[in-house]
Amino acid sequence: MNKPIRVVSVFCLVLFMALLVNATYLMYVRADSLSDDPRNRRIITATFSRERGAILVGKEAIARSVPSNDKYKFQRTYSEPFKYAPITGYFSWFNQTGVERSQNSVLAGDDSRLFVTRLVDLLSNTDPKGGNVQLTVDRAAQDAAWNGLEALSGNAQGAVVALEPSTGRMLAMASTPTFDPNGFASHDFSAVKQFGDKLNADESEPLINRAIGTTLPPGSTFKLVTAAAAIESGDYDADSMVPGGFRFQLPQSETTIGNYDDGNCGGRRITLTQALQVSCNVTFLTLANELGNDAMAEQAEKFGFNDTSLEDLGGQAKSLYPRDMDAPQTAMSGIGQSSVTATPLQMAMVAAAIANDGDVMRPYVVDEVRAPNLSVLDRTDPQSISKAISSTTADELTKMLVATVDLGTASPAQIPGVEVAGKTGTAQSSGDRPPYAWFVSFAPANDPQVAVAVLVQSSDTSPDEIGGGALGGPIAKSIMEAVISP
Amino acid sequence: MGFVHRRRRGAELFLLVLALAVGIGAYAAVGLGVEGAIPADMVGYGGWLTGLIIAAHITVRLVAPYADPVLLPLVAALNGLGLAVIHRLDLTYEALGEEQHTFARQQLTWMTLGVVLFIGALVLLRDHRVLQRLTYTAGLVGIALLILPFLPVVGREINGARIWINVAGFSFQPGEVAKVMLVIAFSGYLVLHRDALALAGRRVLFVDLPRGRDLGPILAMFGVSMMILVLQNDLGSSLLFFGLFLAMLYVATERPGWLVVGGLMFGAGALAAYTFVGNVQNRFNFWLHPLDYYDDSPGSYQLVEALFGQSWGGLIGRGLGNGFPERVPFAYSDFIVSTIGEELGLTAVMAIIVCYGLIVERALRIALISRDGFGKLMAVGLGSIVALQVFVVIGGVTGLIPLTGLTTPFLSYGGSSLVANWVIIALLLRISDQARRPAPRLDPVDETSDDSESTQVVKLR
Repeated sequence: MNKPIRVVSVFCLVLFMALLVNATYLMYVRADSLSDDPRNRRIITATFSRERGAILVGKEAIARSVPSNDKYKFQRTYSEPFKYAPITGYFSWFNQTGVERSQNSVLAGDDSRLFVTRLVDLLSNTDPKGGNVQLTVDRAAQDAAWNGLEALSGNAQGAVVALEPSTGRMLAMASTPTFDPNGFASHDFSAVKQFGDKLNADESEPLINRAIGTTLPPGSTFKLVTAAAAIESGDYDADSMVPGGFRFQLPQSETTIGNYDDGNCGGRRITLTQALQVSCNVTFLTLANELGNDAMAEQAEKFGFNDTSLEDLGGQAKSLYPRDMDAPQTAMSGIGQSSVTATPLQMAMVAAAIANDGDVMRPYVVDEVRAPNLSVLDRTDPQSISKAISSTTADELTKMLVATVDLGTASPAQIPGVEVAGKTGTAQSSGDRPPYAWFVSFAPANDPQVAVAVLVQSSDTSPDEIGGGALGGPIAKSIMEAVISP
Repeated sequence: MGFVHRRRRGAELFLLVLALAVGIGAYAAVGLGVEGAIPADMVGYGGWLTGLIIAAHITVRLVAPYADPVLLPLVAALNGLGLAVIHRLDLTYEALGEEQHTFARQQLTWMTLGVVLFIGALVLLRDHRVLQRLTYTAGLVGIALLILPFLPVVGREINGARIWINVAGFSFQPGEVAKVMLVIAFSGYLVLHRDALALAGRRVLFVDLPRGRDLGPILAMFGVSMMILVLQNDLGSSLLFFGLFLAMLYVATERPGWLVVGGLMFGAGALAAYTFVGNVQNRFNFWLHPLDYYDDSPGSYQLVEALFGQSWGGLIGRGLGNGFPERVPFAYSDFIVSTIGEELGLTAVMAIIVCYGLIVERALRIALISRDGFGKLMAVGLGSIVALQVFVVIGGVTGLIPLTGLTTPFLSYGGSSLVANWVIIALLLRISDQARRPAPRLDPVDETSDDSESTQVVKLR
C-alpha cells in the first residue's frame, strides 16, 4: 500500500503549497488593491485613530492632530481653516480631499518611505505616527491672496494662484467661497454628514477649488497665447505693425466684432505692443484667424492646455483649446472666447512660462515630506514640462506686458520701483451671466519671482477691461508685493 | 537485528517547551496588546496549560514510548495559539458589550477534556488493531451520529446548518466524532475486502474500472455525502467525508480507477447541487466575485471583511490587539485564520499552514512505516481528515476555493472538533508507537531441538 500513500503525500503537498501561494497572493500581492477599496473600514479607522502628521506652511502647522478624549484618540484640527481649505482639503471618517488625500499615506504613516520608522515603532511597541508634509506656500502671499478675495464686495466668487516661475512652486492658492474643514474632521459622524450635505446643496459650490477646478473663458488674458503664437511664427515681433481699427468681420459670416470701448485701438495699423496695451480685439481676432486652428492649438497645448499637470492635488480640470474649431470659432479663440476655457492655474502657468524664458514648469504644492523625527524623506524637484516659447519670444512678450502695466489697461498692478508685467481680461460669457474678470501678471519683469492669476466671478464686475483690471489688479499687486518684499 | 527507531522523548520534551512558549507567549502578548499589561491570571493560565501538556507528555512516555515525537508539540502549539487568539477576541467582545465573551474559558475546558480523552485513549488502547474488531460497530455509530442532528428532540439548527445536537445544555457537533468512527470503519472494511476491490474488474482505456457489484460501498458513501450536503446544507463536511473515503479506497486497492469513478461521481453530485441548491450557487458566486456581493444579503460581507483584514495584516500583521478582527462574523471559529492573518500576518499564517503540513506529513509517514494494513489505512485516513479539513477551511477563508463551514483543527473555537482532534492525535501516536517499536524477537527455546516449529517464546522487548 506504500505506493498510493506516497501519491497521497504528493497530493497533500500540492494542497498545502496551493494554500501557501494563495496566502502570499492575498496578503502581499493583492493587499494594496484591497486597501484601496473604499469599503475597507479598517484602513480609515486605523488612520483615524492614529497621530496623523501635520501639514506645514513655513514653520507653522495649518493642519495637525491633537489628542482627544474619545475612542479615536486624536482630533484633526485646522488652524486657519478657510484660508487653506482648497489646499489642505479635509480629513473625515468618510473621505479625504486635497493634500490630506494625495499625501494620505505619508500623513497616516503607511508610506513605504516610512518603513524604517515603522520598524522602530514595531520593535519599541510605540504607536505609529504619521509623517509631516511641508507645503511650498508662502504665508505672506497666501495672506494677501485670501485677504484680497475676502475684501471683494458681495458674494464674490473668485480664485487666485501664484507660482514661482523658475520652479513651479505654488506660492499661494485661494478660492472663495470656501468651507471649514474642521466641520468634516469632527468625530460626530451624523453631524459630519449633515455638514457635507449642506455644503453640497449650496449653490455657490463652496466645496469646489476654483483655482484648479473651474474652467471659464479666459477672455483677453488669452491674448498672451495668441501673441506668443504670432511671434513664434517668425512673422512678428513687439514692434511689428498689425491691423487695428474699429471692427473685424468674422470669416464665413456677416458678424462683425468691435473693441470693448468701440474705439479703433489708436489707428488702422498699430504696433503689436500697442495692440496688447489697449487689448485690441480686432488685432488678435485677425492674428488668430491668420495663424489658424492648428498653430493656435499647438501653442496653447505647449502652455499646458488640453492636459493636466498638477499631481499634488486632485480635482484639476483640463483647460481646453479644442482642435476642431471652424474658422470663425478659431478667430474668436484669439481673444479667449468661443470654446476656449482655462483654470486660474492654467493662466498662471502661461504667465509663469513667459516669465521663465518660455519653460513651463510642473506646478507643485508639496515641497518636502518628513518622517515623524523630522528627517527629510523626499523633496520635490522642479520639473520642466515643455518649452512653450523661445526665450526671445518670452523677452518680447515681457516687454509688451510691462508696457501694458505702465501705460495700458493693466495699470492697477503698478508697483512703485518695480517693473511689473501684466494683462487684464474680461470674458463676456452668455448673456445673463455676469462677465468674469481676469488678471495675470508677474514681477519683477527683469528677474521674475512670482506669477499670478486672479479670477473674479462677481455681479459687480463692470463689463470693460479697466473694470476687470480694477477687481483683479489690486489683488495681484498685493500678492506680488508680498513675495518681492519679504 | 536491523534498524531500530529511537524513542526521541527528549526531543519531544524540548519541542513541547517551544510549543508552550508559543501558547503562553501569545497569551501574554494579547494582554499587552489589548490592555497594556500582562494578564493578571498569567501564572494560573500558564500553569494549567503547562500541566495539561506535561500530563500528555508523561502519558506518552509511559504507554507509547516509541510514538512519533513531533505530533504532540505541533498540536500543543496550535491549540495554545488558538486559545490566545480566542481570548484576544473575547476581550474585544467584552469591550463591545456583547453577551458571549467567554469563548476562551470554554475552549480551555474543552481542551482539558480533549487531553483527558487523549490520555484515556492512549492508556486504554494499547494496540490499535483491537479497533479492527469494531469495524461495523464504528460504522453504525458513525452513521447514527450523522443522523442525530435530524432527530426532533436533540437536533438543533444553528446558523443555517443542521449539524448540532443539544444534550443537557451543551451543544455538540456529532459529525466531528463521526469522522473518527468512519475512519475506523473504513479501515476495517477495506483491509478485509481490498483484494476483491483491487483485483476484480475490467480495463477500459488504460484504466482498471471496478466491478459493478463492488460499487456498493462507494455508492453508499456517496449517498451519505450527498445527504449531508442537501439535508444539512454543509458542503464542507460532505466534501470531507467523500474525499476521505476516496483517499482510503485508493490506498487500500492501489487502483487509480476508484479515484476516477469517485471523482466523476462527486463532480456530478456537486454539479447537481450547484444547479438545484441555491446556497451552493451563492457560495460559488461569492468566491468568484467576492467584492460584488459585499452589501447583499445573503452576501459576501463576511468573506470580504476577512480578505480586507488579512490583506491589511500584510507580511507581519498588525500585532495582537491592534487589528479589527471582530468585524468578521465568527472570527473566533470558522474565520480564526483571518484573525491570525490580520494581527500576526502572512508570517504566522504560513507557520500555521506548515504546522498542519507537518501533522499530515507525520501521519502519512506513520502510514508508510506501519507494519499492518489496518494501521496504514487508519493513519492515512486520519491524516487525510486533517489535510482536507485544513485545505477546505483555510482555502475558503483566503479565497482559494468556495467558502464552506468547517472548523480549523485545534485553532477554532468549538468543543466537539477540539475533543475529536485530540483523539485523532492519540490514535496516530498509538499507531506510530506500534510501528516504531522494535519488532518482536523470535527466539527458538532450544536451538538444538528437533521440532523447533512447535513452540516459540515471543519476547516483546
